[in-house]
Amino acid sequence: MIPAIVLLAPLLGGVLAWISGRAGRLWVRIWPLALLVLDFAALLAVWIGGNPDAFHEGAYSFYADLIVPWIPQIGVSVHLVLDGLSLVLSLLAVFIGIVVILVSWKRERDHEGFFYFNITLVLSGVLGTFLAVDLFLFFLFWELMLVPTYFLIVGWGGERRAPAGFKFFLFTQLSGLVMLLAILALYFIHGGSSGVYTFDLFGLIGTPMSSRTSFLLMLGFMAAFAVKLPAVPFHSWLPDAYVEAPLEATILLAALLSKSAAYGILRFVLPLFHDAALAFAPVAYVLGVLSVVYGAVLAFAQTDLKRLIAYSSVSHLGFVLVGIFALSPLALQGSVLQMVSHGVATGALFVVAGFMERRLGHRDLSRMGGLFPLVPRLAGAGVALALVALGVPGSGNFIAEVLIVIGTFQASPLFAVLVSSGLVFSVVYALWMIQRAFHGRAAVSGSLRDLSALEAAGALVMILVVFWLGLHPQPVFDATSRFLQTLQGGA
Amino acid sequence: MSPQFSDYALVVAAVLFALGLFGVLARRNVVYVLISVEVMLNAAGLAFISAGSKLGQPDGQVMFIFILTLAAAEASVGLALVIQFYRAYKTLDTDSARELKD
Amino acid sequence: MYAIVWLIPALPLAGFLLLVFLGRRMPRAVAAVVGVGSVGLAALATVLVGASFLSAPPAGGAIEERLFGWVSLPSLSFAFGFRVDALTLTMMAVITIVGFLIHLYSSEFMSRDGEFWLFFAYMNLFVSSMLVLVMADNLALLYLGWEGVGLCSYFLIGFWYREPEYCVAARKAFIVTRIGDVSMLLGLALLVSSFATLDIQELLRRAAAGWAPGSALPVVATLLLLGGAVGKSAQLPLQVWLPDAMAGPTPVSALIHAATMVTAGVYLIARLSALYALAPAVQSLVAIVGLATLLLAGLAAIAQVDLKRILAYSTISQIGYMFLGLGVGFYSAAMFHFMVHAFFKALLFLAAGVVIMAQGEEHNIFRMGGLRTALPAVFWTFLIGASSLAALPLVTAGFYSKEWILWGAWQAGRGGPLLWLLGGCLGVLLTSLYSFRAVFVTFFGDQKIRESHLPGARMKIPLVILAALSILGGFIQIPSDIAPVSLFESFIGGVFPKAPGAAEGGSTQILLQVVASALSLIGVLAAYVLYRRGVGAHERLADSDAYRGVRRFLFSGLGFDWVYKWAFVKTFDCAAKLLKGEVVGRAADAIGSANAAIGRALGALQSGRIRWYLVGIALGAVAAVGAAVWL
Repeated sequence: MIPAIVLLAPLLGGVLAWISGRAGRLWVRIWPLALLVLDFAALLAVWIGGNPDAFHEGAYSFYADLIVPWIPQIGVSVHLVLDGLSLVLSLLAVFIGIVVILVSWKRERDHEGFFYFNITLVLSGVLGTFLAVDLFLFFLFWELMLVPTYFLIVGWGGERRAPAGFKFFLFTQLSGLVMLLAILALYFIHGGSSGVYTFDLFGLIGTPMSSRTSFLLMLGFMAAFAVKLPAVPFHSWLPDAYVEAPLEATILLAALLSKSAAYGILRFVLPLFHDAALAFAPVAYVLGVLSVVYGAVLAFAQTDLKRLIAYSSVSHLGFVLVGIFALSPLALQGSVLQMVSHGVATGALFVVAGFMERRLGHRDLSRMGGLFPLVPRLAGAGVALALVALGVPGSGNFIAEVLIVIGTFQASPLFAVLVSSGLVFSVVYALWMIQRAFHGRAAVSGSLRDLSALEAAGALVMILVVFWLGLHPQPVFDATSRFLQTLQGGA
Repeated sequence: MSPQFSDYALVVAAVLFALGLFGVLARRNVVYVLISVEVMLNAAGLAFISAGSKLGQPDGQVMFIFILTLAAAEASVGLALVIQFYRAYKTLDTDSARELKD
Repeated sequence: MYAIVWLIPALPLAGFLLLVFLGRRMPRAVAAVVGVGSVGLAALATVLVGASFLSAPPAGGAIEERLFGWVSLPSLSFAFGFRVDALTLTMMAVITIVGFLIHLYSSEFMSRDGEFWLFFAYMNLFVSSMLVLVMADNLALLYLGWEGVGLCSYFLIGFWYREPEYCVAARKAFIVTRIGDVSMLLGLALLVSSFATLDIQELLRRAAAGWAPGSALPVVATLLLLGGAVGKSAQLPLQVWLPDAMAGPTPVSALIHAATMVTAGVYLIARLSALYALAPAVQSLVAIVGLATLLLAGLAAIAQVDLKRILAYSTISQIGYMFLGLGVGFYSAAMFHFMVHAFFKALLFLAAGVVIMAQGEEHNIFRMGGLRTALPAVFWTFLIGASSLAALPLVTAGFYSKEWILWGAWQAGRGGPLLWLLGGCLGVLLTSLYSFRAVFVTFFGDQKIRESHLPGARMKIPLVILAALSILGGFIQIPSDIAPVSLFESFIGGVFPKAPGAAEGGSTQILLQVVASALSLIGVLAAYVLYRRGVGAHERLADSDAYRGVRRFLFSGLGFDWVYKWAFVKTFDCAAKLLKGEVVGRAADAIGSANAAIGRALGALQSGRIRWYLVGIALGAVAAVGAAVWL
């Protein structure tokens, strides 16, 4: 039952928020917040008290496993599992959900009930992708994330929101359809060869296929994941969507939606098409390195703060892509840690960018400067998070990048060298951001309001989480190692 | 086999339908368009009856009764639309209603 | 006493946390007490640990303490663990004691700064990171400290962040050292993929057992690690950041860019000496890098006019000596020079800070002069520092440390007379020339600016203590032909592989010492002739074009900045500008706009004329029926 509760709690909160939309500003926020906090508590309880070996399925073991037949005629069931990897990422999702609701607490907008409903719907979609192991169900959740995100962008976004939302929708929708084709092909191949028509991941693992078929199907899955991650050159929806989306949606996009793609590669591509993925690894390395370098160079070229962070995100996710396909234990662990750490850190960075935009009325770095003495708390948080982006020692990004570089070196020294160049470039853009925004001469006259105690506490909590991940990452490693170990053996 | 009566009737129905279609396409006055649609409906009815008599089946006549009722309903809805059209555009010219243009 | 080892880095860290979160509301005095006190306590703890280390050496020659786990995976694990042996203890003593003196000095030097608390926060974090760097028992933790000191260096160089050019200098320092850091990280990756451990002792054992001396892997690994070392220690070809780093407050230059952080590279190579022993070619390269750096930086120092930049180039040059010592296998000598250099260079920087402050933020030595009488205490301490730097024979600590390295350069297996000739003769001559040039121009002649802001006790006491150390520090290790004192070698020597051919004494050594001493004195004399006597021969020379061209070339640090600017900075800028328009994204957009164009064309069909629609329906129906009949 736990996976279902985890999945439905945010949705319930959203529905209640929508219903109580007319009742007043307070309940619209309290409902989703309360249910998310409950969800978080439930997940934490599972992590602390749960038995990671309670359920088994082949080589895999889970905290919880839920199967309810849905359309038995075609082999679709509601199959949700909670293992260490989904647990850690679900915690991230719910945590970010709470952050998003708190960030939007004071901001008034139209149709608030529907706004919060959309946010929780995205969360449910993300959680669904983290929990579902039925490919049909996974695809459903994958598409489910998309629609409310689109609504959030075009409904509450910035000036050029319509084309941005449209571009986002087209990219993700089209690539999703390619994945659907691959899923269906896999379904029929498996059904044809074994007579059992099922969408269940554990049923489909080990389907006999020619290596060519397997490679093509894997490409179908990778199309969806590479766009959503995004990997250069499939990233061009990202800057526009991140910039035009309202702050809350940007946080969701950066912190969670990209992680669902990396998770998809780990959960589906590697177990289903292990050998094809090995053959694909050089291409993935190239895409990853391209993302790392291209994202970093473009981040440096930006003057719009949100756009800068968006490109830095591309750069960081390139590390994840390289690390996943290196398929060495260290690189895989590093990638997972990077996913979590980047989720929190980039989310927090967007929060800070949002705080700055609210105070200054713009995001143009060339018109900022010298904020440090004016708003020490805000600037302190901004500096700390920019440093995390460049991999400050002790942060989660630091240890994750170290592990990814070391792990990739074991698989391919050449690409380890190339990907580590990103560590130099990240310094360039992160320092550029710090110096443009916070250092230098004051470009703002008059006084600005510094972070309130609550805002500061929120930023501090996120920063502390990132450093906790860096100084004591072992719980994350312990939780995810069971699953990650299954990936290396050739499944 | 020489052509029977019903074959001639089918030809007449086709000619009637073509005339009606031409009327719909060429006329700009809504009332004439409506009359042309009636002509087409009746052409279809005639085709049903003659086909039914040719095949010796009663279905064609059944269909004609359907078409009669349909035509009556269509005339009432159509005339109501004409009145609304006139109210909205102060004219009966169909080309003046172009709001669906993108 | 060993139980308090963990406190040594923890105290400054606690100081940092206190200051960074509460410092803004602290009164200055409290912030100063926290900032200076935390390092002072760390120094005290180091002394206590050191005392018990000396009185009752721990088993295995090292104190080991594992605090808590960090990363524990089947294929690799490392912890927050410390390992303190003689080498580490030497580093710790210098870091905490010199660090404490510099903190004490700063509490007066920075007292008028608006962000006093922030300065001490960064300084404390630096001391903590540096201690972690030297105390780490595994390379991952060392790397954490390594990155940490780079970060603090960045913040402290750019401490006066309102000045854009200081920010540029800070950024340059961070980026250049980061390039070295990445090289080092790749070195760690290579070590892990070979030995699956980052524990330093374990790694050295496995490397000695698993790698054949001179084979490819140790060469690559040590080269990559050398990349990190030259970045941090400002050696060729990554030395360009250090002169610009003088933008930071002077105590920062003294602590980070003279005494401690820049010697992290020396520590790294010394710590991994067993690894370098497996790659003789790379170890020779270390010597060559050191030699080249010490000569180039010495030449550049002669042409500088900014007092702090003279000292910066001199730091680069002196670290070159340390690299030379490491390269020829005289690790103890390199560490001895590190220690002595920390004393006299910190002293010189702190004295320079007083001078610059008293001259109203004037950095150009040619606009100063005659400060001998105005600032006597500073003059005498600066003179002692400069003498030690110039290695004036017998009385200065610098003489003993440098002699040791030069002796190694002469007679070590991979050394030789050429190394000695270039390093010893030319290097010593250059060093004493530029150091006494600074002394004569700054402190002699006519006073040009009236002194202001005279130093108080908190600035003078560190100067005096460091001056004493710059003299006395040398007497713990004296060549056997002068007096058989070998305290330092017997303390630290056990950590390193035995120095090759270390037989001392003999007439050769005496001869070499005499030559080097003479050259050092000749350098002083030359400086006197050029810059002091009457108008100074220097100004007569200044008229010739060739001289000016050479001077400009030396002044620019031998053109490295210029080359890097065009080769890397401009290229990166260009790439960023080119790509800014999203070349890749455009391609995707083109698909979109092509679709839009098709849509517009087809949209023309939607005329809104109902009759046209009917024509469409009719034609379509005819076509459909026709197709059905036809087929």
